[in-house]
Order: sequence, then structure tokens, then C-alpha cells
Amino acid sequence: MALLNELAKKKEGLVSGHRLCPGCTHSVITRQVFAAADTDKYDIVVAAATGCFEVSSGLYPYTSWNVPWIHTAFENAASTISGVEAMYKVWKRKGKTNKDVRFIALASDGGTYDIGFQALSGAIERGHQFLYICNDNNAYQNTGNQRSSATPFGGSTTTSPNGKIKFGKEQPRKDIVSIIEGHHLPYVAQASPSNWRDLMNKVKKALDVNGPTYLNIIEPCTTGWGFPPHMAIDIAQLAVDTCVWPLYEVTNGKIVINYKPKKKLPVTEYLKPQKRFAHLFKKGNEYLIEEFQRQVDNHWEWLLKREECGIEYGTTKE
Amino acid sequence: MAEKLLNWDEVLIGGTIKDPGNSKQYETGSWRVERPVWNPDTCIQCMFCWVYCPDSAIKVDENGKMAGIDYTFCKGCGICVEQCPSKPKSLKMILESQAKGKTEEELRKEVFSSEK
Repeated sequence: MALLNELAKKKEGLVSGHRLCPGCTHSVITRQVFAAADTDKYDIVVAAATGCFEVSSGLYPYTSWNVPWIHTAFENAASTISGVEAMYKVWKRKGKTNKDVRFIALASDGGTYDIGFQALSGAIERGHQFLYICNDNNAYQNTGNQRSSATPFGGSTTTSPNGKIKFGKEQPRKDIVSIIEGHHLPYVAQASPSNWRDLMNKVKKALDVNGPTYLNIIEPCTTGWGFPPHMAIDIAQLAVDTCVWPLYEVTNGKIVINYKPKKKLPVTEYLKPQKRFAHLFKKGNEYLIEEFQRQVDNHWEWLLKREECGIEYGTTKE
Repeated sequence: MAEKLLNWDEVLIGGTIKDPGNSKQYETGSWRVERPVWNPDTCIQCMFCWVYCPDSAIKVDENGKMAGIDYTFCKGCGICVEQCPSKPKSLKMILESQAKGKTEEELRKEVFSSEK
């Protein structure tokens, strides 16, 4: 991996002038993705599903993208990119082009976990060569913080508000990485913009795979989660250090945890700065934090055990 | 802002935008309440501000080194200041009202003079 000074000299794939909130990490992630991509070797085409990033970077008559970029509806980023990829394959076969092109589909959690899931699952099953990036901001932030299946347990949103009777979202979040992994695709990973080197390595790896790949990236949302804008990267780092957002990758079924915090912090460190979890700290709600911690611990333990097993597809037959 | 709106017969099919990256004409710097001020003397050129800047507002020279802040696009989120690892910090936030009518050099002296 090149030094940041080397990467900073590259032409940016995403330019300034987009209208994301100050302190939004959508653009941080995308800039890191473009910094990682080896744009001397190949070109990049992006399809973006509706979401915060799509509406703020493609406001007609402006676009913040320096690469071919297609706006798609909420549900079909994966289908659109498969269509583009298929067309490109045909062009290549007919000799209309000999360029090396890589395809990226970008969506947020609403367009991945819920609405776009069918299209994503289908595209992966058909085996198109593309990288699907989910910028997970834990709710439908574009329309004003509505609950999605990525919203964590206890999180207060406008459609799962906390009050006298309810305490926010009652269900735990969907484990999308395991679900995607169930398609037995070559590469799935989870990353965070706070660990840029890890994120860039993953993007590089994923773009070089011949087949569908998936990246799940945490995207702290300053307005929806309720923290001051300057803390965005810190919150992502806290999520990693508390193991709420473990950084790991699954290559052909074999899991590797890329970052194990030296000292695993209690989840309260992550919950405390965020307004959406403020009610968990009220008197009488201690059991909710315990439950949150239990869920995080269970998942982390499960990942550690899986890493220990180290089984890969195709090696269990002998 | 765009000087004039396109006519109906000038709009491309599918609402295609033909100049990539033309959002650079839309200056987001006016959103700022606070602004970061950079001190090149203590800067260690780690480029963390560049990698974490959401608005690509860190200027980079031809050697890939930090060369200042682009105030036409900086929205003043303060991530760069938070992530600056040098001691003392080479970036500091000040209120935009405090910066009014002063040049970058004057501000730099004012903000960082206490540290020398």
C-alpha cells in the first residue's frame, strides 16, 4: 500500500461541492475507495442507489463524480450494475472496446438491507463481476432517520422512538455480512473509514476478484445518530474498538479478523456520545445496555471461534 | 450557482450531465460556522487530514504534501482538527466571525502565537 502522499497526488474520483452535511463520512469512504483503486490500470463505473449520497452528489445540473456514474432507484443498484457489466462483456467480445473496467455499486443500508436486497442477492447469484459497497448509516437518514433493519438494538429513530412504553428499536440488527456470505461469493468484508489502510486494502482486493464482492462499511451519521460533526471518525473508531463493528473479511468462506482491539472497550463508550442512545442511560434502563453488550459479545465470540476453525470452501472434502 | 437554467431543448436525454465533477462550481464554503487554521511549522505531513476530509478541501501540492485548506469548499466540520496527530495540533478551529477581514497569515499568527 502506497503512502498517503503518493495517493494524494492521484486525480480524485469524487470532487468537492457535493451537498452532504458537514462531517458526513459518505464522501470520506468514497474518497478512500477511489484512492485505493488502481485507476492507472483500470477505469471505474459507479451505480448509486437512492440515498443520502446519491441525492447530494448528483443534484442536477451538478455532479460531484469524475467517473461515469448512474443514478438508479432505491431498489436496483445491483441490477443496474449487472446490466452495465453484461453490456461491457458483450462489447469486449465484439471487439468494440478493450478497456479494463471495474464496476462498483454504491448504496446505503436502506438500499441494501431492505429495499435493494432482492436485486443484490440476484446479482450475486448470477455471478457478475462487481463490487457492492454498503455505506451503513443504520437508518433511512436521507428521509429523516427512519428505522431500517440495520438500526441497532435500542436505537431511537423517528419510526421507533423511545418513550414511556417503548425503548427504541426492539429487534437486533440484521447480520447482513453473514447473509451475503451465504451466497458463497469469493470475497466479503466489513470495514470502517477510521481504519483507512484496512479499508483501502479491502477495496483493492475486492476490485481484483473475478466475481461479485461485497463490502459493508460503517458510516457515522452526524444528524441521525446525534453527535457533533467533528466526532464522525472517532465514532467509527469507537465502534471498531468496542467490537460493535468488527473488521473482518471472508475469502472463500475463510474468515480473518483484521483488527483485534488490544483492550476491548465496553459498549457504553460507543453509546454515550450518541443522542439516539441517550435514553439507554436513564435510570431503570440498565438492562438494555447489558442486553446490547451481550449481543455484541456473542457476535464477537462467534467470529473469534470461526476464525479459529479456519475452514475454507472446498477443503472439507478430504 | 449555475448562471442560467438549461432550455428544454438543451437538456440531454435521461438528464445526463456531460461535464464530470462540475459541482466544483457550487461553493459550499459559505456553510461554514467555524474554520480550521493550519500551522505549517508543526505539521508533520501525515496527510490524515487529507484522507479524512469529507469535502476534498485539503490542498495538495505536486509532491503530495499538504499545502493548506481550500476555504471555498471547507464546510468546517472539524474532522481534520480532531484527527490531527501532531503535538501541539497543527490545525485549530476558530469562529468564522473571528476570521472576518483577516488574511490567512494574520490568523495563523494570532491562533498559534501562544505555542511558541
